[in-house]
Amino acid sequence: MTTPLACYLLVAALLFAIGLAGALVRRNAIMVLIGIELMLNAANLNLIAFWRFEPHPEALTGMMFAIFSIAVAAAEAAVGLGLVISIYRHTNTTDLDKMNRMKG
Amino acid sequence: MSVVFYLLAAMTIAGGLAAVLLKQLVHAALAVTVAFAGLALLYLDLDAQFAGFAQILVYIGAVTILIVFAILLTRSSDLPKEGVFSGTWAVGLMIAAGVFAVLGWAVLASVRVVPQQSPAPAVTVRDIGNALVGRYALPLEIVGLLLTAATVGAVIVAMHEKERPKG
Repeated sequence: MTTPLACYLLVAALLFAIGLAGALVRRNAIMVLIGIELMLNAANLNLIAFWRFEPHPEALTGMMFAIFSIAVAAAEAAVGLGLVISIYRHTNTTDLDKMNRMKG
Repeated sequence: MSVVFYLLAAMTIAGGLAAVLLKQLVHAALAVTVAFAGLALLYLDLDAQFAGFAQILVYIGAVTILIVFAILLTRSSDLPKEGVFSGTWAVGLMIAAGVFAVLGWAVLASVRVVPQQSPAPAVTVRDIGNALVGRYALPLEIVGLLLTAATVGAVIVAMHEKERPKG
């Protein structure tokens, strides 16, 4: 007996909400990036689940979408962490609440 | 509903929750690794072997190491005095709860429309490779270009700058 599609979608929705909460609630810039990674992964789980349950999985549409999404997420992580390190060099902090130089 | 799905879902959600809630950044990085591993196993449970192993290689192998390196380079391991949560944490929590409510409502409202069962697809890694160099050749090239640009860009952004005279 297989698990219905809705269960996977609910798990992905919960993981997305957890990632969003992490990105919005935490102070540290690295934690915000971790939250964004969790959100991207939740979207990937949705893509794979829809691919598994679609009528023509041999067309590989959802699978390809997920694989390209993983590659783009890796690039995003590299650039994002590079930015965090660069900001740390300039301001000596990774606390996002203290990065208010452009506040009017 | 299978027991395996429940175990993997619980592992993924617990890893994600622990990553968001743990105070020490290194502990959070380890917890997010657990969440990534749970997701990779969920992909394997969904008969997506290639995506599952790509997830293990890319996320557990590379992204987590990058995060740990960033934590070490920015000396974020000592806890800030003001606490780890932002001043506007209640608003963020409310937004996240609202988003989950809307998503959950949408999934539960469409439960009669979406298909609930289908036989396991007979897709091999050979098929994925053929599709990558055939129908999806142009996106593959673009992703290769993007990864190169992102790597070079990340190195340039994070490179140590020489001291410049002010003014």
